[in-house]
Parts: sequence; structure tokens; C-alpha cells
Amino acid sequence: MTLQLDRPVPGERTPPGTGLTTRLSWRSRLHRFEGRSAPYVYIAPFFLVFVAFGLFPLVYTAWISLHRYKLGSSMTWIGLGNYTWLFTNGAFYNALWKTITIGVLSTVPQLLLALGLAHLLNYRLRGRTFLRVAMLMPYATSVAAATLVFALIFGRDAGVVNGLLGLVGVHPVDWRNGDWTAQIAISVIVIWRWTGYNALIYLAGMQSISSDLYEAAALDGANRWQQFRHVTLPGLRPTILFTIVVSTIGASQLFGEPLLFGGGQANGGPVGQYQTLGLFMYQQGWQFGQLGRAATVAWVTFLLIIGLVLLNTRLSKIRNRGES
Amino acid sequence: MPIPRKTSAAVAVAATLALALTACGSGASTPAASSGPVELKVSLFGTFGYDEVGLFKKYEAENPGVTITYESTQGEDKYWPALQTRLASGSGVADVQGIEVSRISDVTANQADKWTDLRDTPAKDSIGGYVSWKEPAATTKDGAVLGLGTDIGPTGICYRSDLLAKAGLPTDPAALSAQMPDWNAFLALGEKYKANAPAGSAWHDSAGGLYNAIISTQKEIYYDGSGKLVYGTNPAVKSAFDTAAGAAQKGLTAKLEQFVDPGWDQGFSSGSFATIACPSWMIGYIKGKAGTGGADKWNVTTLPGGVGGNWGGAYLAIPAVSQHKAEAAKLIAWLTAPEQQAAVFEKVGNFPSTTGAIAKVTGATDPYFNTAPIGKIFTASADASPVQILGPEDGVVKSALVQALLAVETSGTSPADAWTAAGTKISNQVG
Repeated sequence: MTLQLDRPVPGERTPPGTGLTTRLSWRSRLHRFEGRSAPYVYIAPFFLVFVAFGLFPLVYTAWISLHRYKLGSSMTWIGLGNYTWLFTNGAFYNALWKTITIGVLSTVPQLLLALGLAHLLNYRLRGRTFLRVAMLMPYATSVAAATLVFALIFGRDAGVVNGLLGLVGVHPVDWRNGDWTAQIAISVIVIWRWTGYNALIYLAGMQSISSDLYEAAALDGANRWQQFRHVTLPGLRPTILFTIVVSTIGASQLFGEPLLFGGGQANGGPVGQYQTLGLFMYQQGWQFGQLGRAATVAWVTFLLIIGLVLLNTRLSKIRNRGES
Repeated sequence: MPIPRKTSAAVAVAATLALALTACGSGASTPAASSGPVELKVSLFGTFGYDEVGLFKKYEAENPGVTITYESTQGEDKYWPALQTRLASGSGVADVQGIEVSRISDVTANQADKWTDLRDTPAKDSIGGYVSWKEPAATTKDGAVLGLGTDIGPTGICYRSDLLAKAGLPTDPAALSAQMPDWNAFLALGEKYKANAPAGSAWHDSAGGLYNAIISTQKEIYYDGSGKLVYGTNPAVKSAFDTAAGAAQKGLTAKLEQFVDPGWDQGFSSGSFATIACPSWMIGYIKGKAGTGGADKWNVTTLPGGVGGNWGGAYLAIPAVSQHKAEAAKLIAWLTAPEQQAAVFEKVGNFPSTTGAIAKVTGATDPYFNTAPIGKIFTASADASPVQILGPEDGVVKSALVQALLAVETSGTSPADAWTAAGTKISNQVG
């Protein structure tokens, strides 16, 4: 594209005469400059927005993370002091571990359920459109509303879950204050909100699989389960990879659910049993006013997410190579 | 020349965009004229009672030309960080802001330049009317007074007389008070209650609440007189912690985290707990949560042994960037004047901090609480309460200890382990 624009235009060949020469060459230089710069100007709006809202905060956060910066006072340079503080802090490793366990507890059942639901919805059913829309309802509900309701449902003294467990003779469980119980309760909220969303993505993926393949499989005597395993799953592989990447990123940034489940407290339960990295960062920045430390947590989380995504891509590449 | 025009148009678009992107940084502020209509913004947390009593409307009626815009954040733990960001950026702060007593030491030590010295405003005449320690706590080393006191938190014990009756315990405030000369006796009563209590009802609401009540009777808590952090070596802190942890281990608490667990709010009406440590501001909270069905069920008595304690309280202050300092100072002087403080106490229970107002309310009784002599009980507690030493990191230490007690209650952590864990948490945070 640049080559073509740079080529001299036949009509603008410089005629003899000194005065005209300078004027026209000025024009053609401008013309050439325009040809080179115009594409950049056209794409500039995206990059300007990206620099203002993406790159600048990222770089400035890194800058803050190298300072001691208490909310309301000025910054003092401490080099990697915040990183030393972070990597020698048991609370950070606790938050990291809880992020992983809650991530696994919520992502795995969520994706499996979504896959199953999508498979069912792919059949001809009565009221299929209604069911498909209904599945997306939790996703359209606000995190705050959902979490507050679930906090009541998982209440110890008057919660529905304990009421139902009581019917089968199980003693009331203190969901909020237990270690695994609180993590399970939070995972349930996440699963409830995101299963429908993932199911719809799977459904779209399934509908792009040619029905010929199913017919051929049926002719070969494959039953529904075999069709699912040998036709649907291989066809869905790129979709599944996408949902895994997105859910992993979502899980590593989990924040709203544990914060509101803990009544707006950032400590994630008395022993930090559901304090995720997001909550840990928020606690440093907004409960304790330690912006430098919060920025450090933010950057370490960012690097972790990049690492996870790279790992995902690498794994899928290895698999693809193995296939071909 | 069509071609350069296109380029310049694109450049103009880019420049406009860049301008638009940077424009949000500069907040325009125009100083209002000193005479003429004034809009005063008031931003508070929790329940100060002014709106409930209708004091803003009254002030507007008495001062034509003044309009008051009022907003309130329920949780102080959300209010304060938001206020800090606004103070740091210098925009979005109201003309009058509330400051909780646990923050006041941080304000006087680290933020003196961000608040107005009330000695230079019409509010200066009000500074002398307070109980002896209230205003010194809001005064910087250089003598600047940064806030006018609203309420203080003299503390008693609120209890469910209907539940105590079922367990065969005395229900009259004086009789109950006579049976608990100290905290151990209070817990011994708890054991008796536990033996005969209705199912699902514990003696006290939470170990954290019990701890806060015990520690509220101390002078030196997390800091010593020289401003050194001494929570780890202060025997009073350890002893309060151990007493509360012991109550938790004996199963005397309902294991409900205060202000956070929805079950705690429900407990005021359902009877999950029979007693709760009761700073005067809790009176209004109980009425709100227990509702009309709770009338005549709740009652108030003194802390064990009739000791005095102080838990909480607040100040009103004017940010340095306010454009209406004189008008705001007049408003806060009026809001914290004895008549208004007494009116707030009558309605929502926030106990006055001016000596004039305390004299007005000593005879008050509350029909909701079986006509308990709340004026007398809280005045006695305020008179007997020590002058507490406050420090900038009080909040961090207190929250870590309360969380440690919750771990003892709910996760079966041993008190020794919980104490160590809280210590690690605090030293990690405070350094």
C-alpha cells in the first residue's frame, strides 16, 4: 500500500521552470507525506483510547508499585520493597491459593454443566427458544443482587439451604464462616451466573457442526453418547478452548462475589478463607489505603494471567501438533 | 487542495479526541458569592440522626437562602476510603463531612492540611462546650481544631428480658446489674442462661462485640501515651481477648459477625442472642432491626460492675477545599449545639458529647426499652469512662483482633493461634 502511494503520479510530473518546480515539489512532498501518514491517522482513535485507558494505567500502576504511597499522602520511592513485602507475606499466598481453589471449584462444574445443557438444547424441544433465553437470565442479573440473595440462601439460622438439609437430618452448616463451605457457596454463585452464558456459546459451536457427520455416525450405529463423544466434542474443541481461557481469566479476577458475600468486607472471612487476589488488592488499596502495595498486587496478578493464557495456548498447540 | 484538508481534518479529529480524553482531569470550580443563596453539601455515614429528626429542614427554615444537600453511606468502612480519594484529588468533597472517632487521630496526625481549622470560623465558640476529652482528640499538635464532636459512645448491656425470663434470670435492670459485678460474673450468668435457654439462643451475640465492650473500659489500648503501638504487650488487650475467646469456646456466643452477617441483623428479632454490648448508638440500631415486634422485649443495664466505657462517636469537619467555610461552620455549630444533640438522643439514641446536652438528657427514659432509664445509664457510663488514647492504626489492629475472635468462634482455632495470627497480620500491615 505504501509503495503504491509513494510512486510518482504521472499527471504531476514536474514541468520545466524554476518557480513552478519548487511549488509543485512542495505539493508532491505534501502528497507523499499524506500518503504515508493517513493510514496511521485513521487508526489513531483506537490507539489514543488504548493509550489513555489501557497502556497508561498499566504503566502508571507499575510506577506506583515501586513507591510507598499511602492514600492522601505523597509517593516515596522504595524500589522493589513492595514486591519483597508481597512475596514474604503469607496473606498473599493464601489469596493466591484461594483464587485457584475457588477458580477450580467454579470453573470445572460450570463448563461441564454448560456442555450438558447445550447438548440437550441442541435437540428439537418444545419451547426451545424460551429455554435458551431463560438460561441467559442469570447472566443478565447484577452480581450485587445475585450475591445478596445467595448470602441469605446460605444463611446459617434462616437460610433455605440449611432448611432443606435439615429435612434430611443434616445439622445446620455455617456456610459463611467455614473454610470449604464458604468457597463452595461462592462457587455456586459463579456457576449460577455463568453456566447459561457458556452453554449458549457451546450451543452456537454445536450448530456449526455439519449434520452430515451425525447422520454418518448414526448410520454407522453410533448411539447418542457416542455421537457426543466422537462428533460433538472434537467439533467443539476451539470453542471449549475459548471458554476455558475466558473462564480462567474471569476466575483469576474474581472480586464482586466474595466481597459482597462477606458483607462488603475485603478480608474474605475471619481466616481469609475466601479472600481472592482481587479482594486482597482491594483491601490493601481501599481498606488500608496502601496504594503502592495494591498496585504491586495488581501487577503480579496481571503477570499471572498472562502466564496462564500462554500456558493455555501452548497446551492447545501441543495438542494440535499431536493431532496432525 | 483537497488532500491536505483531509489530513488536517483527521489531525483535528485526533486532537479533539486527545482533548476530550484529558478534559476529565480538570474539574472547574467557581467560588460562590458570599451573600445570596448557598447550597451546603453534607456527607455522612451510618445514622447521625439529623435527617431523622428533621434538623436539616429546620435549619433551612430558620436560615433563608441556605439549602442543604444531604447524602449518607451506610458503612463507615466504605465511606472513609471514598472520602480519602476525593480529598486526595481535591474535588467531590462535601462542605461538611463526618469523621468517626477511630479515624480522628489519623486526621490530626497526617491530614491537618486537608481540613479547616475551626478556630478561624464562626464555630470557634462551640469548641469549649464538650466533655473534657472530646475536642482535645480532634486537635493537632499545633493546636488546630479540625472537628466538632457529635456523639460519644458510652456503653451498657442491652438484653432480651423475655428470653432472660424464660431462662429464669432476673429481668429488672438493677437486679441484673447486681448479679454481674465483673465480666466473669457476666459469663457465669451466661452459663446459667445456656443451661435453661430456648433452643437456638446464645447468651451474647459475638466474641468480637464482647471484646469491644471489655476494651472500651480501658484508657490505654493499642497505643501508649507517647504514641507507641503497644497492643502486643498491653495486658489489658490480651486479657480482653482471652475473656472473649473463652466465652466463644464455652459456646456462649451466637457466632454472628457484627454489621456483616445478615444473621446478626435477623438475630435482634429472632432471638439468636440474649445480650449485646450496647453503645448508646446501638439503641437506634436495635429499634430499626427488631422493629415494632421487639418493643418491650429489649432492655438496657450497665456494664458489669457499673464501669464506664466508650465505644465509638464521631465528629463533623469542613474540608479545606470547601467554598462555603463560614456557612458550613455555622451549620455544624448549630447541629452540635446542646438542643440539637438532645433531640438526636431522644430520637435515635446517639449520646450527646456536650455537657449542656448531657444535663438535658440524664432523665430520659425509653418506652421501647421497657421505659429503661437510658439517660441515667449512659450518663453514668460516660462519667465513669476513661479518657482513651487514640492512634492512627487503631482500626487495623481492632479489625484484626475481632477477625481472630471470629476464627475462634467459627473455625475452632485455638485462642493462642488466633492471637499469633492476628499479630502477624498486624505487623505485616502496620510494619
